[in-house]
Amino acid sequence: MLALDTATPAVTAGVVELLPEQPPRLLAQRVTVNAKAHGELLTPHLREAMAEAGHRLSELDAIVVGSGPGPFTGLRVGLATAAALGQALNRPVYPVPTPDAIALDAVALGTHTGTPLLVATDARRKEVYWAAYDAAGRRTDGPHVDRPADVLPKLPPVTHAAGEGARIYAETFALPVVDATYPSPTSLVAAAADELLSGARPAALTPLYLRRPDAVEPAGRKRVTK
Amino acid sequence: MTDRLILGIESSCDETGVGIVRLGPDGALELLADEVASSVEEHARFGGVVPEVASRAHLEAMVPTMRRAVEQAGIALSDIHSVAVTAGPGLAGALLVGVAAAKAYAAALDKPLYGVNHLAGHVAADTLQHGPLPKRCVALLVSGGHSQLLLVEGLADRITEIGSTVDDAAGEAYDKVARLLDLPYPGGPPIDRLAKQGNGCAIAFPRGLTGPRDSKYDFSFSGLKTSVARWVEKQERAGEEIPLADVAASFQEAVADVLTAKAIRACKDLGVDTLVISGGVAANSRLSGLAAERCAAAGIGLRVPKPRLCTDNGAMIAALGAHLVAAGAKPSPMDLSTVPGLPVGTVQIR
Ligand SMILES: [Zn+2]
Repeated sequence: MLALDTATPAVTAGVVELLPEQPPRLLAQRVTVNAKAHGELLTPHLREAMAEAGHRLSELDAIVVGSGPGPFTGLRVGLATAAALGQALNRPVYPVPTPDAIALDAVALGTHTGTPLLVATDARRKEVYWAAYDAAGRRTDGPHVDRPADVLPKLPPVTHAAGEGARIYAETFALPVVDATYPSPTSLVAAAADELLSGARPAALTPLYLRRPDAVEPAGRKRVTK
Repeated sequence: MTDRLILGIESSCDETGVGIVRLGPDGALELLADEVASSVEEHARFGGVVPEVASRAHLEAMVPTMRRAVEQAGIALSDIHSVAVTAGPGLAGALLVGVAAAKAYAAALDKPLYGVNHLAGHVAADTLQHGPLPKRCVALLVSGGHSQLLLVEGLADRITEIGSTVDDAAGEAYDKVARLLDLPYPGGPPIDRLAKQGNGCAIAFPRGLTGPRDSKYDFSFSGLKTSVARWVEKQERAGEEIPLADVAASFQEAVADVLTAKAIRACKDLGVDTLVISGGVAANSRLSGLAAERCAAAGIGLRVPKPRLCTDNGAMIAALGAHLVAAGAKPSPMDLSTVPGLPVGTVQIR
């Protein structure tokens, strides 16, 4: 499996082995945290990871890609890359909500076993993308986009938080922040494991934008002069 | 050497284009596929291209457009020899989708990638219809996004900008005047239609930057647009009917007059005997008509590709890619960046 994510400042590419009844195993990965480099680095990263894993792209069985939510420009790089790879290699591409993978990373840390969790990523403009998870890392609410202070009244009871948004707005959330900031390739694959193993038909590769484009319709005819 | 198939991907503005060109052993180009998905209708109510709307549309359209192009060409993606993609100039978010996809296609197929200049692509488009360019020619690129005069001395490496617009692109002026006249977006086709029923000499709109001390090859359309607006408002205030067809024809005449006069002057000054006109506005009937008249009078050969090749498409990028491959250019690196302000002198990002 090839796992890609560009919904956070991390440019993530990893090669993961997935066998039935076993947790996904990381073979190689390349991750660079640079919110401006998704377009440049994602393909070089995935090629290097494949080379280190000792496989050719044509040997892949499937591709898993984080579908966001994330700041739009970077988010689209992962999806465009995954879609084109899937088409050229004739392999299925499975979208996974990015916070689902971060939640599984948080659960895997084992520091807060058995209690629910908030995942918040940076949505810029002083907002966060957020979702709530149960103790097993299953999503119970979200993803939504809100100002951190507006999340609190909507938030189901949780005991800890993960993701970069949780870190940036730690004061507002007043929750212990665990060390799961960006989605790992293994958790991206884990989040899609059931579909991958059953060979289910992948969902449409639609990014979770959560926001409408900023655009205003002009009111009436435009006056050029005063 | 056998035939080589070059894939071209374009996403710099509101068209998602995929083209496939066959490069023969003798350097001849044959267009096998030219598929375009446009988001122009989604932008119409905003009166101009909304970058985020365009970027979203590119992502949705990329794979289906590729599928149609491959079917149209009757090939398999694995038959592709090289992948060319617009790396700039254009809208940052829009370019990024095409380049990300192009890198993935190149990586998956294990083929070289060429990140190329959109403007040079417009010139290369003409070679798909009219064959190789002469050693030297002048190109006039006019569209909603660009208005440029170029000296082309080699498609693969020697393109020099000799003039450009100092404010609006010609197509932008069309869009703005169309809105003023309550015509739909994009403004080019409706103004062209309306102008055919009007008199281009009815109103003497100004010709920007044509004074003796003005820059010889640069354009300015902002003053023209303002002048049209003033004229229309003056009529309205006086309670007069607006002669829409005459306004459209006179505006169009001013645009075509300046563009062709400067292009022909550049040809004469530089001792060039061929003028290429490309870009969306090249389809304008008055521009091509007046250019044909004036080129004939000046003994200059005029090349205008058919409208389908003039507007943004993947075929022009595939054509430029083919010229680069034929010239033995080295591929671009896989960590290639998009360059929204890429100057036309940079034909390929190396
Ligand atoms: Zn163009």
